[in-house]
Amino acid sequence: MDSLVAQLQMQYRNYVLSLYQQGFLDDQFTELKSLQDDGSPDFVSEVLSLFFDDCVKLVGNMARALDQTGTVDFSQVGASVHQLKGSSSSVGAKRVKGLCINFKELCEAKNYEGCVRCLQQVDIEYKTLKAKLQDMFNLEKQIVQAGGIVPQVDIK
Amino acid sequence: MASDGGVSCLRRPEMMNVGIGGMEHPLLDVDEVHVLAVDDSLVDRIVIERLLRITSCKVTAVDSGWRALEFLGLDNEKASAELDRLKVDLIITDYCMPGMTGYELLKKIKESSSFRQVPVVIMSSENVITRIDRCLEEGAEDFLLKPVKLADVKRLRNYLTRDVKLSNGNKRKLPEDSPPSTLSPDSSDSSPSPLSPVEIFSSPPSSPIDDDNVLTSSPESSPSPEETPVRRQKMRSPGLD
Repeated sequence: MDSLVAQLQMQYRNYVLSLYQQGFLDDQFTELKSLQDDGSPDFVSEVLSLFFDDCVKLVGNMARALDQTGTVDFSQVGASVHQLKGSSSSVGAKRVKGLCINFKELCEAKNYEGCVRCLQQVDIEYKTLKAKLQDMFNLEKQIVQAGGIVPQVDIK
Repeated sequence: MASDGGVSCLRRPEMMNVGIGGMEHPLLDVDEVHVLAVDDSLVDRIVIERLLRITSCKVTAVDSGWRALEFLGLDNEKASAELDRLKVDLIITDYCMPGMTGYELLKKIKESSSFRQVPVVIMSSENVITRIDRCLEEGAEDFLLKPVKLADVKRLRNYLTRDVKLSNGNKRKLPEDSPPSTLSPDSSDSSPSPLSPVEIFSSPPSSPIDDDNVLTSSPESSPSPEETPVRRQKMRSPGLD
């Protein structure tokens, strides 16, 4: 029993570290984790869930705005990109945020093909992050179910 | 719930996606700090609310400048008798919002006789010096760069421990910063959240954890949290006219 917990905890630590090392998460995610406690044990997953809802909505907006036959309103696309950039920044979704920065420039340049490509990347990226975090939360659950405590992972 | 004073999106599932105008005027302890947070992003509202609660503030979070004015009773010409009981110690608002920007909200607050003494803090994701200066000149107490961190909010909390004028003109000292670390949950925090982590992610888990993911050629150095752009502060006591 004890070694299962230890094994899971090590797996968890390694996994979380890899998410940072591969650039999926940044220190704002660490900040959010530090705001979680026994009184609000699901804070991080709740905020991330809202973030992913935002992604679905905003990516939809961007797709619709880019789908206009005729003139595309790039400021409309840009407005959604700005919002996504903001929320990805607030949750520490580093890759998504980085893509949004590029995307914003593409909107300002009114680069249609660039925008379409970037939108596809954003779509893939947030879904990838969602799956990765799902795995992370599942590991946490497994640890707790095995009677252990989710370790604090020291990023530095 | 009413004694809580703050509107928490996390505790009211029916309001999950709605910014709340909150017409209830909270009956608060005189010594509790009440913050009005304004941001059109739900994610940011939830985060700022959490940050403020951890620093022992009561929070009302709304999603627009209009709702903020509505909450303060500034949206119409007639003064409300109930305003005497409305106690707001700090207003923290996003800059970029559709409709009314944080700057426009700041101006309206500073034009009002009831609330012009309340410190207003602007948040923005963009570090634009002209924007910062404009806000400070208009009377903003401080300017925070997003993403907002606990250290930023603790700093705000610090200058709320100086003399603060209530809307009725009485000065009072607020309690010192209470250490946030113990984070003893109040009764409302222990109520179960509407979503469990498993329910949130409706799609089934993807590939099993691959230990190979651990091996990377070179670990990315994470930026120091201290490396943030300069935040300009107006060094002015909020109690002065």
